[in-house]
Amino acid sequence: MVNREVMPCEHVWREISNYLEGDVDASVRALMDEHFKSCARCASVLEGTRNVVRLYGDERMMEVPAGFGRRLERRLAQTARVSSRWSTWSAWLVPLAALALLAGGLRLANSLALINPPLTRMAQPPHGIPPDMLVVVSSDAKVFHVAGCDFIHNKETVRTMTAKEAMHEGYIPCLRCMRKYLNTDVVGAANAASAGTEANVDSDDPEEESQGARR
Amino acid sequence: MAELNVVVDNPGQSGALQEQELIRRVQQGENEHFYELVRPYERRVFAAGMAILRNESDAEDVAQEAMLKALANIRQFRAEARFSTWLIQITVNEALMRRRRERTVVMEGIDDRRDEGSDYIPREFADWREIPSEALERKEVRQRLAEALASLDMKYRDVFVLRDMEQLNIQETAEALGISVASVKTRLLRARLMLRDLLAGGWEHGWFSRVPFEKGNKPW
Repeated sequence: MVNREVMPCEHVWREISNYLEGDVDASVRALMDEHFKSCARCASVLEGTRNVVRLYGDERMMEVPAGFGRRLERRLAQTARVSSRWSTWSAWLVPLAALALLAGGLRLANSLALINPPLTRMAQPPHGIPPDMLVVVSSDAKVFHVAGCDFIHNKETVRTMTAKEAMHEGYIPCLRCMRKYLNTDVVGAANAASAGTEANVDSDDPEEESQGARR
Repeated sequence: MAELNVVVDNPGQSGALQEQELIRRVQQGENEHFYELVRPYERRVFAAGMAILRNESDAEDVAQEAMLKALANIRQFRAEARFSTWLIQITVNEALMRRRRERTVVMEGIDDRRDEGSDYIPREFADWREIPSEALERKEVRQRLAEALASLDMKYRDVFVLRDMEQLNIQETAEALGISVASVKTRLLRARLMLRDLLAGGWEHGWFSRVPFEKGNKPW
């Protein structure tokens, strides 16, 4: 306990920091105040300590290296850009929308494939036919042939033109005589899955095939 | 006697409101406002790192890491705490972890245990020649003060920096350093009195004319 009459200097020194903090009882504070009035040494210690606290608490004591703020800002900006891109719920809308579109697209593609299965060889566009190649067409059919093809209908009505002209007029190549121009990868892959259909196509009359394909 | 006027983190009302608004925005993901939020405290953050690590490069690195950690955890910040205190505590944790990793000051800790229990007796009773705050404009004055602080043992320096420079209160200082409130008070008293002795005589009368305290040869 503090003696109200006499407070020794040692006790004052022990409490001087608490005194500055305002962390001493009122009775102790009163005794210390009395002591400081009569003791120059302790008053000096008090003033010096108060001065120390004031000086070090000054913001000017906190120097930062040149460019510190700029470097900090740059580093924060780099991090902020990366994290803010993913931190808000709205930021996820873009990839979610993209996923939804992708899923929808795949579903649509699947459904279309079921409705319209891969086209038969007859329906494939001709592939690599030389445009200047001379071919023959006949009336009553929309197929063009190499001259002399056994599958030409109404041979008495044939007329000759280039392959380009024939295709321009809507004629399609004969499955027999123009076969080599119809063997595309797409067709091969499609028909590999339906070998039975392939056999039927081969055995059918090309004129009827072509008409069926157009339908 | 007038009571100590402690400089506290006390922005004006508009400043406080602005800070709350910035915190709210950053918590909602507007990270581009984070630097604006922490800019007023960047000196204090650096100073905390510097006081603990005593190396400018390490202090800057720790300051940046602490800021990034604060940004990453900003949603955990609660309005009832002071933002500056929260930020400084993160910085102190980062700096202390780094210091522990580097183990650069183990010997200081051994020395420190010796005088924890005994009273500190001031050495200098001459009239205190006050160092005016204006003197801090001078670089050599700041340098002298920094040297005096750096000469303190680690445990006194840590407490002094957190309480008197970073303006944490006693409880916050204790929590940041993982020590008791009583230890904070004891160490703070010693740190203040030691610095007073080191700076006695004032800046106009030849600082450190006495031999600076050397390790193992301190007067307390």
